[in-house]
Amino acid sequence: MRDKLPPEPPGSEVTPEKLYLRRREFIKNAGLFAGTAAVVGGGLYLLGMKRTRPMDGFVPDAGTVAQPVAPAQGVFVTDEPRTPYEDITTYNNFYEFGLDKNDPARRAHTLKTRPWTVVIDGEVHKPWTVDVDQLISAFPLEERVYRMRCVEAWSMVIPWLGLPLGKLLDRVQPTSFAKYVAFTTLEDPEQMPGQKSPVLDWPYVEGLRLDEAQHPLTLLATGLYGKQLPPQNGAPLRLVVPWKYGFKGIKSIVRITLTREQPPTTWNLANKREYGFYANVNPAVDHPRWSQASERRIGEGARRPTLPFNGYADAVAGLYRGMDLKRDF
Amino acid sequence: MASSKLPWLNPAIAVGGLAPLLQLAVLGAQGELGANGIEFALNQTGLFALAVLIASLACTPVRLVTGWTWPARIRRTLGLLAFTYAAAHFLTYSVLDQGLDVRAMAEDVFTRPFITVGFTALMLLVPLAVTSTNKWVRRLGFPRWQRLHRLAYVAAVLGVVHFVWRVKKDVTEPVLYGAVLAVLLAVRVGEAVRKRRALATQRPA
Repeated sequence: MRDKLPPEPPGSEVTPEKLYLRRREFIKNAGLFAGTAAVVGGGLYLLGMKRTRPMDGFVPDAGTVAQPVAPAQGVFVTDEPRTPYEDITTYNNFYEFGLDKNDPARRAHTLKTRPWTVVIDGEVHKPWTVDVDQLISAFPLEERVYRMRCVEAWSMVIPWLGLPLGKLLDRVQPTSFAKYVAFTTLEDPEQMPGQKSPVLDWPYVEGLRLDEAQHPLTLLATGLYGKQLPPQNGAPLRLVVPWKYGFKGIKSIVRITLTREQPPTTWNLANKREYGFYANVNPAVDHPRWSQASERRIGEGARRPTLPFNGYADAVAGLYRGMDLKRDF
Repeated sequence: MASSKLPWLNPAIAVGGLAPLLQLAVLGAQGELGANGIEFALNQTGLFALAVLIASLACTPVRLVTGWTWPARIRRTLGLLAFTYAAAHFLTYSVLDQGLDVRAMAEDVFTRPFITVGFTALMLLVPLAVTSTNKWVRRLGFPRWQRLHRLAYVAAVLGVVHFVWRVKKDVTEPVLYGAVLAVLLAVRVGEAVRKRRALATQRPA
C-alpha cells in the first residue's frame, strides 16, 4: 500500500493549544481594536466634514480679460503683498451658495452669469436697463489693489478689475432727491441653492449713501487678477467699498436703485445690534462677540492691527465729519 | 471566546479619537489647512471637544436604557479625550490666534460672553481631568467624586451656548448638539425620579 500519511511535524513546530487559542483571541481583539478605532476616528471626521475645509485645489479658469487702462496709483493701489488667487477664490462668504467658506467655490457654478441684465432706476433722470457686457464695455476698466477687511476679522489684498461706481451714476444722472443707492442681488433658488434656506431674507440687499457711492474708491468689480470675476466672488458684477466691512460688497448685482430714504440692508435686518448700515472698518468699535482691533491677513500667522477705515481714512474720513461712528457704526 | 474585559476598547477609542488631532497637526504643519488654517483648526478642535464631551455624558444614559455595561468602561477615556480637544482648542486660540496677547485674551474672557462661557467650560473640565484617576476617586470618596463630576454637564451646556454664539446665523448644528444633551439629561432625571419613587414605596406607610 502506498497509502501513507505525511510525516508528523516535529514537536518543535507544533503550536501549543493554549497559545494557539490566545493567538486567535489576539487576532480577534486586534480586529476589534482597529475597527473601533476606525469607527471613532471616522465618526469624528464625518462630524467635522461640514466645517470649513481646505479646497481640493479647485481654481476656476476664468478667461483673461482685456488689460485695464493705465493702472491707477496712490490710494487706489496698495503695494502690500497680494493674497493668492486660490485663496481669494476658495475662501468666500456668499450665503446664496452655503454657509461654509468653501461652499461658494464648490457650488457657485450653478450661477448663470450670462446673459445678465442690470437695472439702474429710481431717482435718476436716465434709468438704464442694460446687458452686463454692454455696461462693462461702456466704461474703461481699471485695476485697483484694495485691502478687504471682513467683519469676521480676517483680511485680504485683492487686485480687482472694475469701473468706479461714480462713473455709472454720472451716466444715469441722479435727481436732486437721490440720497442713497440701494443694491439687489439675483433671487433665484435654482441658481442660488442657498436661497432655499431662510437663513437670511432673500434677495440680499445692500446700500450706500450717495456720496459714499460716488466716492472714487467705490468700485463695481467685474474681475480680479486680470481675469473675469469667478461666480463665487460675485460675478458678473459686485460692489467693492474698501473702507467698509466685506459684507457691504454685495455680489451678483441685478438692480441699482437710487432712493430718497436709507435702504434696508441684509445683515442689518438679520442682526441690527451687530451689523450697522455704515459698517465702516473701525478698530475702536468691537463686534459684540469679538474684538475688531486686530485682524488676520489670510496667509499670515500673526494678527495685525486694524486701521481706521481699513487704512483709507485720509480719503474717506471727511464723508463722516460730525458723525458719531460709535453710534452710527 | 471574547474576553469579557474588552481589552481593546479603551485603546481603540484613544487612538481613533486622537487621530483627527494628529491629522490636524500634520496638515497644519504643512500649511494644508486652507486659506485660514487657524480658523479651521479652531472650528475642528472646538467641535470635537463638544462632540466627545457629549459622547462621554451619553455613557450612563446608554447603560441605563440598554443595560449594557461597556459604556461605563469608556467614560473616562472619552472624558479625557474631550479635555484634550478642549485644551487643544484653547491652545489654538491663545497661541496661534491671539499670539499669547494676554491683554487681548483677558478682554475677550471678561467682556465677551461668547468667550466667557467657552473659557468657563474649559476651566470646569480641568478639575475633572485632574481627578480622573482611581486614586482620586478613592481619595474623594465616590459620592463626592460623582458630585464633582456632574460639572461635566455644566461644561457641556456652556459648550453648546459657546457654539450657538459662535455661528453668525444658522444655529441648526449647535441646536442639534443641545437637543442631544437635553435628551441625555432627561434620561438621568427620569432615572433619578424613578429611584426616588422606588425608595418611597419601600418605606412603611
